Amino acid sequence: MLLGPSLALSALLFSLGVAGVLLRRNAIVLFMCIELMLNAVNLTFVALAQLHGASGYVMVFFVMTVAAAEAAVGLAIIIGIFRHKQSVDLGNINLLRG
Amino acid sequence: MEFAIFGITALVSIACAVAMILSDNAVHSALFLVLNFSAVAVLYLLLQAPFLAMIQITVYAGAIMVLFLFVIMLLNLGHADSDLRGPSTVAASLVIVGLLAVELLALTRYTPRRLATELSQWPTFTDPATAFVAGQLTQQEGATRGVVGALAAPLFQTYLIPFEITSILLLAAIVGAVVLAKRDV
Repeated sequence: MLLGPSLALSALLFSLGVAGVLLRRNAIVLFMCIELMLNAVNLTFVALAQLHGASGYVMVFFVMTVAAAEAAVGLAIIIGIFRHKQSVDLGNINLLRG
Repeated sequence: MEFAIFGITALVSIACAVAMILSDNAVHSALFLVLNFSAVAVLYLLLQAPFLAMIQITVYAGAIMVLFLFVIMLLNLGHADSDLRGPSTVAASLVIVGLLAVELLALTRYTPRRLATELSQWPTFTDPATAFVAGQLTQQEGATRGVVGALAAPLFQTYLIPFEITSILLLAAIVGAVVLAKRDV
């Protein structure tokens, strides 16, 4: 039974995703780190679904759907920002800063 | 044997995640993330979820990452300089992430028995046997109806309304992406 190691791995992957979001300024890499976090949570769902029934598998489906929708809209927003600023560096995007 | 495969795959996935964060080139980051998703798909196979492993390969490593690569190449971002934040921010971030990892690693002490005892101490008493009957049911259904059939039953019966709402979400995402990507918004 690989429950404990799977939960440990998903905790580490989630933390690495958070580290990427905090450390990088490239908007696209930041999006990839968010996908990494969603994937870590999926791993948790699959590991626990072994014990607690198929609801975990169904939840993984919904997380994947939300991830796909989020990637499509988010990348469209990034393209729009690039059109205005000629850059996807989050340090340059300070329109709302007081 | 199973544990050895798990260890190797886990090491590959963690190494790929670290390489994704540290590589300056966005294309390299995307490819490391594809490798990471593939490693996690292998883990799904080890955790007895073969259908989800295939979905992971096709949807995540296939569709979503191709979208990312298209955008990176469309915007010509393949040669970016290092964009790590300053040293003080890096130090603060590492402290935050370390604390988060320590907190999350407490999850590994989870066992069903422990959850059952905690549930039985709850004011509104739930019998652990009724709460966790679902696990055995899934094993039986997987044996009789196949992997996909065992997954389809809860998806189209218990979770039918969330499933339909998902279709509305996807429609909204399609319309939103088209509107945002038009040249004259």
